[in-house]
Amino acid sequence: MSAAPQKARAGAERIAVTVSAVVPLNDLVTRFEFTRTDGKPFPPFSAGAHTVIEMKDGDRTRLNPYSLMSDPADPSRYAISVRRDDAGRGGSLFMHRNVRVGDAMTLSYPVNLFALDLRARKHVFLAGGIGITPFLAMIAQLDRMGGRWELHYAARSAALASYADELTARHPARVHVYHDDQDQALPLADLLDGQPLGTHVYVCGPAGMIDWVHTTARAHGWPDEAVHSEEFLAPQPGKPFEVRLCRSDITIQVGEHESLLEAMERCGVEAPFLCRGGACGQCETDVIEADGTFVHRDHWLEDEDHASGKKIMPCVSRFVGKTLVLDR
Amino acid sequence: MSKFQFPESIQSRPVYGTLAPRPGKGHLMIADAEGAEALLDLAAQDAGLMASAHVIYIPKGTGFADRLRALNPAQFHEGPSYAAALPRLRRVLSDAHMGLQVYLAGTEGLMGQAMNEAMAAGIPQGAIQTEHRGSVARRMQCVHCKGITEDVMTDPFTCSHCGLNLFVRDHYSRRLAAFQGVCIDAEDPGNVPDPVRLYS
Repeated sequence: MSAAPQKARAGAERIAVTVSAVVPLNDLVTRFEFTRTDGKPFPPFSAGAHTVIEMKDGDRTRLNPYSLMSDPADPSRYAISVRRDDAGRGGSLFMHRNVRVGDAMTLSYPVNLFALDLRARKHVFLAGGIGITPFLAMIAQLDRMGGRWELHYAARSAALASYADELTARHPARVHVYHDDQDQALPLADLLDGQPLGTHVYVCGPAGMIDWVHTTARAHGWPDEAVHSEEFLAPQPGKPFEVRLCRSDITIQVGEHESLLEAMERCGVEAPFLCRGGACGQCETDVIEADGTFVHRDHWLEDEDHASGKKIMPCVSRFVGKTLVLDR
Repeated sequence: MSKFQFPESIQSRPVYGTLAPRPGKGHLMIADAEGAEALLDLAAQDAGLMASAHVIYIPKGTGFADRLRALNPAQFHEGPSYAAALPRLRRVLSDAHMGLQVYLAGTEGLMGQAMNEAMAAGIPQGAIQTEHRGSVARRMQCVHCKGITEDVMTDPFTCSHCGLNLFVRDHYSRRLAAFQGVCIDAEDPGNVPDPVRLYS
């Protein structure tokens, strides 16, 4: 038996916070800082952790995961940086347009799916765009521990390279920035070559960059265990479909612009989740019966699980067909 | 043929595979005795591997060294014992870079100890390839006096340090690269069954 108390609600435990700072960094990225409404210190977290932000957007609740970028050793505040996605589902736009200093919000306890491997002799960070955020916390943690690291940061332009100036000023020898608009490419093959034994590489950025790093590292003989990545997927729209939830004994409709997980929550079903981006595995659900095609989008299930038709990750995956019955 | 199929055992008992060429900038191959045959098979799969291979070989009285040398590895070192080859192995690992592939072949004692060194140098266990060949002798630790007896071939056996009669267990310590031997006649001193050859 676990000693942990039974949770009343899905997801990680929640913390009531007040927005203490909203700092626009450039055309796309704004930093949001939070203090605890009850004045207590925040729970400690390990670098790489994310928090799920609850946004009350009219009668709709948006839940988006963001990497914590503040110093893990500073329990007085949490900070995230949000890149505005004008073509997205609206969570980042809501943060940019509606959230002001003094607002009351709710964050989840930190969950870490992208921790430092502290057995590593050296840490090489590869950031693409807003993928810089977890590395800010990692650099703070490693600096305190005296860890060995280097950062390679690719951004569209100098203006959009959030935090590049601060990082370069503080760690001129360890930070390398590459600007797309100046045709500077991250020299991945060169920097993988010659790293000392025991080096681990971490990549956070667009899907193409993550694939590129995994593929190149493997071709250079790097063990998979030494290559870490994080990418949260946003649920993609798709054709509406109907789902029977047999444990809850209800049939629900999943709309075009909502995920299966969101539809369950809208209908009052408390389904587990931690990342809402296809990465953590918490919402894994058994399929009882299906007549149609699954649209699997997660990073969690193995290819054979996808092919089996027996499992689905409701946070990002969908279904096209006549009947779908889930054990939920 | 030097291959042996170990029977199913408990979780802690190491499981060995078959060496396969992997992409990498350097290839470190460590073998003893019949382990040479696994390296010969490996080279047969990808002859290009040997151009960037460093082979450390402990013949233990077998006659494979010339055949290994004929593969023309970038570096070839023949040593009288694992202990004698250890300073060289440590030096190779401390100078090595990511992309190094490690191949271990031969007895369990050699593979376990060399794996320990490779892991201490920062290579994850899952990235180290192993292939058992030749003797099924075990490196055993006496759980009572902590002394280690190499090349144990019978069960029970006598601890070479404290003289207790030890039962050969499959319980394996990765830290020590040794199996555990436990006193078999503690309750009834002198009541020791006749030793039998391992896996006979």
